[in-house]
Parts: sequence; structure tokens; C-alpha cells
Amino acid sequence: MATQHSRSAARAMMAPAVVLLLGWMLIPLGMTLYFSFKKYLPLRGGDLGWVGFENYERFVSSSAFWPSVQATLIIVGGVLAITVTLGILFALLLDQPMWGQGVVRILVIAPFFVMPTVSALVWKNMFMDPNNGLFAHLWRFFGADPVVWLTEAPLFSIVLIVSWQWLPFATLILLTAIQSLDGEQLEAAEMDGAPTIKRFWYIILPHLSRAITIVILIQTIFLLSIFAEIFVTTGGAFGTKTLTYLIYQRVLESQNVGLGSAGGVYAIILANIVAIFLMRIVGKNLDA
Amino acid sequence: MARAVTTRRKTINTALAWAIGLLIFFPILWTILTSFKTEGQAIADPPIFFFFDWTLENYAIVQERSNYMRFLWNSVIIAIGSTLLGVAIAIPAAWSMAFVPSKRTKDILLWMLSTKMLPAVGVLYPIYLIFIELGLLDSRAGLVIVLMLINLPIIVWMLYTYFKEIPGEILEAARMDGASLRSEILYVLTPMAIPGIASTVLLNVILAWNEAFWTLNLTAVNAAPLTAFIASYSSPEGLFYAKLSAASTMAIAPILILGWFSQKQLVRGLTFGAVK
Amino acid sequence: MRLGLSVCLASTLALAAAPAMADTITIATVNNGDMIRMQGYTDEFTKQTGHDVEWVTLEENVLRQRVTTDITTKGGQFDIMTIGMYEAPIWGSNGWLVPLDDLSEEYDVDDILPAMAGGLSHDGTLYAAPFYGESSMIMYRTDLMEEAGLEMPDAPSWAFIAKAARAMTDRENDINGICLRGKAGWGEGGAFITAMANSFGARVFDEEWNAQLDSREWNDTLTFFVNMMEDSGPAGYATNGFNENLSLFQQGKCGMWIDATVAASFVTNPDDSTVADKVGFALAPDNGMGVRSNWLWAWALAIPAGTQKEDAAKQFIEWATSKDYIELVAANEGWANVPPGARTSLYENANYQEVPFAKMTLDSILSADPNNSTVDPTPYVGVQFAAIPEWAGFWTEVSQEFSAAYAGQQTVEEALEKAQAIVNDAVEAAGYR
Repeated sequence: MATQHSRSAARAMMAPAVVLLLGWMLIPLGMTLYFSFKKYLPLRGGDLGWVGFENYERFVSSSAFWPSVQATLIIVGGVLAITVTLGILFALLLDQPMWGQGVVRILVIAPFFVMPTVSALVWKNMFMDPNNGLFAHLWRFFGADPVVWLTEAPLFSIVLIVSWQWLPFATLILLTAIQSLDGEQLEAAEMDGAPTIKRFWYIILPHLSRAITIVILIQTIFLLSIFAEIFVTTGGAFGTKTLTYLIYQRVLESQNVGLGSAGGVYAIILANIVAIFLMRIVGKNLDA
Repeated sequence: MARAVTTRRKTINTALAWAIGLLIFFPILWTILTSFKTEGQAIADPPIFFFFDWTLENYAIVQERSNYMRFLWNSVIIAIGSTLLGVAIAIPAAWSMAFVPSKRTKDILLWMLSTKMLPAVGVLYPIYLIFIELGLLDSRAGLVIVLMLINLPIIVWMLYTYFKEIPGEILEAARMDGASLRSEILYVLTPMAIPGIASTVLLNVILAWNEAFWTLNLTAVNAAPLTAFIASYSSPEGLFYAKLSAASTMAIAPILILGWFSQKQLVRGLTFGAVK
Repeated sequence: MRLGLSVCLASTLALAAAPAMADTITIATVNNGDMIRMQGYTDEFTKQTGHDVEWVTLEENVLRQRVTTDITTKGGQFDIMTIGMYEAPIWGSNGWLVPLDDLSEEYDVDDILPAMAGGLSHDGTLYAAPFYGESSMIMYRTDLMEEAGLEMPDAPSWAFIAKAARAMTDRENDINGICLRGKAGWGEGGAFITAMANSFGARVFDEEWNAQLDSREWNDTLTFFVNMMEDSGPAGYATNGFNENLSLFQQGKCGMWIDATVAASFVTNPDDSTVADKVGFALAPDNGMGVRSNWLWAWALAIPAGTQKEDAAKQFIEWATSKDYIELVAANEGWANVPPGARTSLYENANYQEVPFAKMTLDSILSADPNNSTVDPTPYVGVQFAAIPEWAGFWTEVSQEFSAAYAGQQTVEEALEKAQAIVNDAVEAAGYR
């Protein structure tokens, strides 16, 4: 169907977006690579010459490096697990007939509109604060000692905050997917007396697989770079320092642009490993 | 959907769904309520839900300290500007990917997404230096460009999935009638994709509105949006829950209201091609 | 005094009348109470000089990253930056700030407290004018102290503080004997523990820039701190910074609080504080080694080199850090609320001497010496920090390790071991060793 003519036209139309993104990727990437081989300390006069791979060695040999990779993976993995699991359950529930479905949907979607900074501030101060937070009031009401969320369960607290923000997104995409499910197929299964669990496992879940991969792909892209939630709550203490946060510390707090840039290159490598991994799955699913 | 449902089951569904909905919404509700309390009532134990002396004092204090309208206006311009610019650039690209796919189409698409994984803070200095060179610091134009670039992959992808669902025969027919490529896109394709485009615009306005790294670091006065506004309230002295709540409510209210009014459009289109 | 005010007003009017070029200056500042009050009086400045002012008010950490990025890249986004005693000498020595060596006669630059002027200068040149200055001291509840049957000396020891904290603690009634900063960040818990370590005879570096975090003195400091806070500190103290503790103290949940002297006016202000009339003050504790545990800090206004509006910026700085500004605030909000710790004349003012915390604030400031802050000699200047560019970075990391120890995630020994490695690594990367 595609003629030679339409092919070149297609290429021309794709060009602006591709060129722009290529520029957006290559210029910063090029500059990151360039700085990563330099001793670049803004507070000591800026560019202090080439240093080879020293920044790369220093970044990995720092005691903070592996814990930060670990924290990144835990946060991303934790949020994905919670949002996908609860997202499926909520989507199933919201698909059921009920009164006021529209209003419930409005309530569920709301957290997605809240800025990360605001949501982190609200959770940290008004809910998790061990003295005046709502959770502390609740715990005391039941005669328990308030939990100091950010020190006793720091990673869990951050996963909780981030999950709250992304749950609406997962729920909505999964809900749309469930609604597209062929009702007759389900009814037939119901007639055959297939129990709920079986129906879910053999009919609904396979149908959702595509939506689930997309939720995972999109969320991973955003979750790898979460920053405000950590900056506001723990400031990177208590083992919540992700790779992104570690780079922030190197570049802005330590004012070591070369070292931070080397970290940036590592982060890109990690992101690409995750991306290739994801794309294998998504690529397969996108064709299906 | 001809499943017969008993009233009993419907009641249980309703109760459960409302309970979960309210639970998820509660932090926002609590913030809004707290913004109308005095600082003392805001930390009262046991917490006070509705029966307190409603006051607008906190909003007055926040407004007195910072010019809310200017931050709001900047947020509106930056979020909408970057989204519209992004959509304008993405439509042709998404069109060609959807209707003239090549072997590399999927690779290009996934590569575009992968550009979003670059950690922003790692390139703050390079971008800041470029912005100084181009005189774009603290300008809305600069932020519109950066946020457009950040969200472009998502926009392209969303549009691509919508375009793909449009049957190719319609375009064939238009072509037979002698429609040019331009009019094909403008008069045939775009109208059919309106719901998808609307949903793309909405999602990206939200994403741009909430972006807090570049909007904070590349602005000072003239282009500072609501993310910068909230940065001056994150740790005031002494009791501050009520004031923080007022500032938070002011920062999220516009987008929350927009989101609620347009949630049908947003939800309808929010599939990323997940439904097939 | 009225006369003085009007004379001054006339002189500033004359000054403004000369070239009368109205500029708009952009000022980056921190969201502290005194700064926010200053924003409220901006109109006065505009009235006097014709210059307009745009404020960029940010939370401390965000402000730091914002102004540092801008000054190192010469972005030119701000005409005045609010910086601290840490940044001023470093930036000044790099030539990034306009020297404040030609301030007007009326401004009376010699009136600035020598400790403040010294900390904001490099090689004898002043680079930033202090808006307010602070040290740290003990604020305590006189009623609870009495109930515990103890009496606070003017210059207590750490042993007494620990004993009093345990005696005042009343978990049933939600009263913690002592509230201290445990929050990670070099300017938060990191500043407190460094100042405290000074009084325990510890130092961060020896004279050859070798990290000393593995010394017995550091171990003593942290162990003492953790034990005391376990017994008599609030729950979750590892995340408490200045603001959190202020809030706790104002709610009557702390027996003692050792923190910035500027907090004195907040805890004695009956509008915000439930314990306003029951607060006493004392010098920060020592350990009998000749060094007290108080720090020295100032929030100051500086002009980035290269700004087009240097004259207007200077006028603003002269206005905001002047004696007249202090009078202006005193006339409208009372003497207790004027920006403290910057000028000698304030402490000679009979009205100000009536303020209950005035004398203790001055004594605290005078007892902190950035050039001689530790028991053993060090190669650095600064009390709760070392004035080197790398400090903010590595000390934030160190304080994160400390906070993890406060939270019980690791032992004091583990934290210090990691801290030692972090500091050595950082000074090595910077080329000190």
C-alpha cells in the first residue's frame, strides 16, 4: 500500500519529532559524557582538566553506590507491585454495577493530579509525623505507640506515597482494558460453572496482560527518576538514596559536576538495561 | 452487559467502592479541610473533621506573601503551551508511524521513550549553560520548549496508538478522492482522532503542570510557576499545617478541577493502546 | 529617636533624588520568619528609593541549590542573594561577589558585630551584609525545671543537661526532657552535632586534612547524644530539624531545646507559643574542656558580581541591614521581633536590653570563635562547618549516616566508620591530600 512517495513524505513528517528528540538526547548526553571525563568543580573554578576514568571509578567505589542501585530497584519494584495488584482489584470492582460510579471514579483519579512535592509534603507532615500526624493520632487512639514512619519504615513510606500517586493511573488503564473484555465469553464461562478465581486467572488476566505491560513500562520510566518524594521526606537518609538522588548529591550538594556526570552515565546504562528488558516484553505484547 | 445483578450485590459493590474511593481521596480532602482551620485546630488530638471555626485566614496570609495569580498564570501558559507545541510536532510523526510503518518504527518509538530515562539532575549544568547562551533563563518560552521535549515521547506514543486504530480504508478512500496529504491529515484523520488528541492533551497538561525539577531550576521571577510557589512553603517556622494546606490547595486546585471536569475525556482516551 | 529617623529619611531621599533611575531588583531569599517580615516592608524601600523589588522566596535547601547553580554559571538571575556564613567567604574569594567596601557613612559598617563581619569576609573584605546573626543556646521551661527540683546555671555542662533532661521527661504527659536536631543535612543535624563535638574535644580534620571521625572523641559525642535522646528525646528525633523542634517546643512538648538564638523570639511570642511566659535561657553546654557547643551563623545579603543593578542592590542592602530598619520593625512589631545578632548598637540600646533573651544571645555570639572552635588545632575556619567548598556535600552524607544511627538502623561505630571513609574520600577527590 505504501508508495515510494508516501514513504518519503512519512519520513519528512517524522523528521521534526525525531530530530528534536535526537537533539534533546544527544546534546545533554554528549555534554554529560564530556563532563564525566573532566575534573569539573564549579566552586573551585570550573574545568580543571581531563581525568580519564577517575570519576567513573570514584562513583562506583563510593559506599553509597550499590545501596543506591538497590534502593532504586526496591522503590520501582515496590510501587509497581502495589499499583498493579491494587489497580487490577480496583478496576475489577469499579467495573461492577453500582450507584455513583462516576463519583467514585472522580475520587479514585484525584491523586494523579497532585504535584509530587505537595503530595510528599502532605504525607510527611500531616499523616506520617510521629507527633502531630493523623496516623500518630490514630495509633494513640488505639493505645499503640505511634510509628515513626520515616525512620522505622523509610522505604515503605516512600513506596506508599508514590504508589498513592500512581495508583489512579494504573487503575484507569486497567479499567478501560477490562471494560473492553467480551462479556459473552465471561458469561459462557459463568454458565459452565467456572469459579470466580478460574475465570479471573484464565480469561481476565490474559486479556489484561497487554494493559499491565503498558502500565509497567510507562510507570517505570517515571519512577526511575522520582526525586521530590525523597527530597522532601528523608533527604536521602535512612537508605532511601536512589541513583537519581545520589547524582543530585554529587552534582548539587557536593558541586562535583564531573563525578555527577559519571553517575549520570551509569544511570543511563541502568535505565537502558531496564528498558531493554521491558521492551523485550512489551515488544512481544505490542504485536500480539 | 446483560448480567443479572441482585440489589444486594450492587449494594455491597457500592459500599466497597465508595469506601475505597474515599480512602484514596482522603489525603486531599484532609488537606482542603485543614486549610480552613486555625493552626491550633490543625494539629488537635483527637482530630477535628468538620466542626471547627472555618476561616479564610490562611489563604489571606499565603496571598499576602506571594502573588498567587502570577504563579498560576505561568503554570497555565507553560503547561498548555508545551502541550500544544508538542502535539503539533507529534501529529505528523505519529501519522507516519501509524500509516506508513517501516521495520524501524517500533524501534524509533521505544527509543523515543527511552530518552525520558535520562536523569534530569545529571544534565542540569549543561542545560543551564545552554540556557544562559540562548538567553532563555527565567523565560516561559524556555520552559515551554523543555517541557515539550520532556513530554514529546509520551505524546507521540499516545497519538500513535490512537491513529493505529483508525481503519486504513478510510484514508484510502480519501486518497482516491484526490485528497492531498495535508488535507488527509487535517480533514480526515484529525477529526476522527479528536477524542484521542483530547485525552493526550489533558494527560500532558497534567504532567507539565506537575513537573517540578526544570520549572524550579530554570526560573526566578518572570516564569516561575506553582511548583516554585509551593517551594517557599515547604518548611515555614513553627506551626504551619494550616498554611501549608492552604498553599497546597491553591497549587493543586486548578488542575484538580480541570481534571474532574474533563475526566470522561481523559479516561476514555487513556489506554496507550492497551485495549485491543 | 524620632528626630534621628526623619534625618535619615531625609538623607535617603536626597540620595534617591540624585540620579533617580528606578530599577527593579530581584532578590533570592530563604523563607525564614525575619525574611518574610522584611518582604512586608518592601514598600517602604520602594517609597524611599523608587526601586521595585521582586522576591524569590524558597525553602533553604532549594534556595542553596538555586543560587549556587546561578552564581557558578554566572547566570545573572538575581541582583541580591541571601547566603550564609558558609558561602560568603568561599564565593568572595572566587571573585563572584561585589565587595561591600564602599558602604555609606550613615550605614556605619563598623557597627556590625565583629564575629559576624569576620565570618562574612575574605581577606578582610566584607562580601555580605548580615541581616541577622545567630549562635545557639539553651532554651528551657522554667516551670518544668522547677518541678524537677533543679536550677539551670548560666553556663551548664553536658552532664547537667543529660541529668536535667532525664528528670524533666514525662512520657505520660508527652513531655520530652530535651529536643535536639537529628535531621540529616549539613545545616540541620549536621551543624548541631559538629558544634557539640567541638565541646567534646573532637575535630573533623587534623592539621594534615586527615579525617578524625574514627577518634574516641567523636565516638563519645555520638554515644552521649544517642543515649540522652533515647532516654529523654521525642519519638522520631532522627527526622527533627529546627522547624520540627520549634513546633514541639511551642506546643509545650520539650523541657529543653538547644538551638538557634533567633528561636528565642518565636518561643516567647504568645501568639504562637503556648509556653511563652515560661522560657529561660542559658549558654550552650560544655564539657569542661574550654570550648562550648554553640555555633555561629548569619543570613546575609550579597550582590553577585556582574549584575547590572549594583547601585540599586547596594541601596537595598544598606536599607535592609541598617539601624533604621531595626527601628522600623521595633516601632511596628516590638523590640523582641527585630532581626537580632547583626549590630553592636542593638545590644547597647536600652529598649532592647529589656528583651529577656538579648543578653544571652549576645553572650552566645561572643563566645563562638570561627578561628578557634576546637580543643585541638585544625586547618579550617568555621565552628559548625569547615569553610571549604566540599563541606556541604560530604557533611550532608555524613549526617545521613548519623541520622541512620539515631534511628537505630546502625550502630554509632558503624556510622562513624562510614563517615570517616566519606570524608577522606571527599578531601582526596578535592586534592587536599
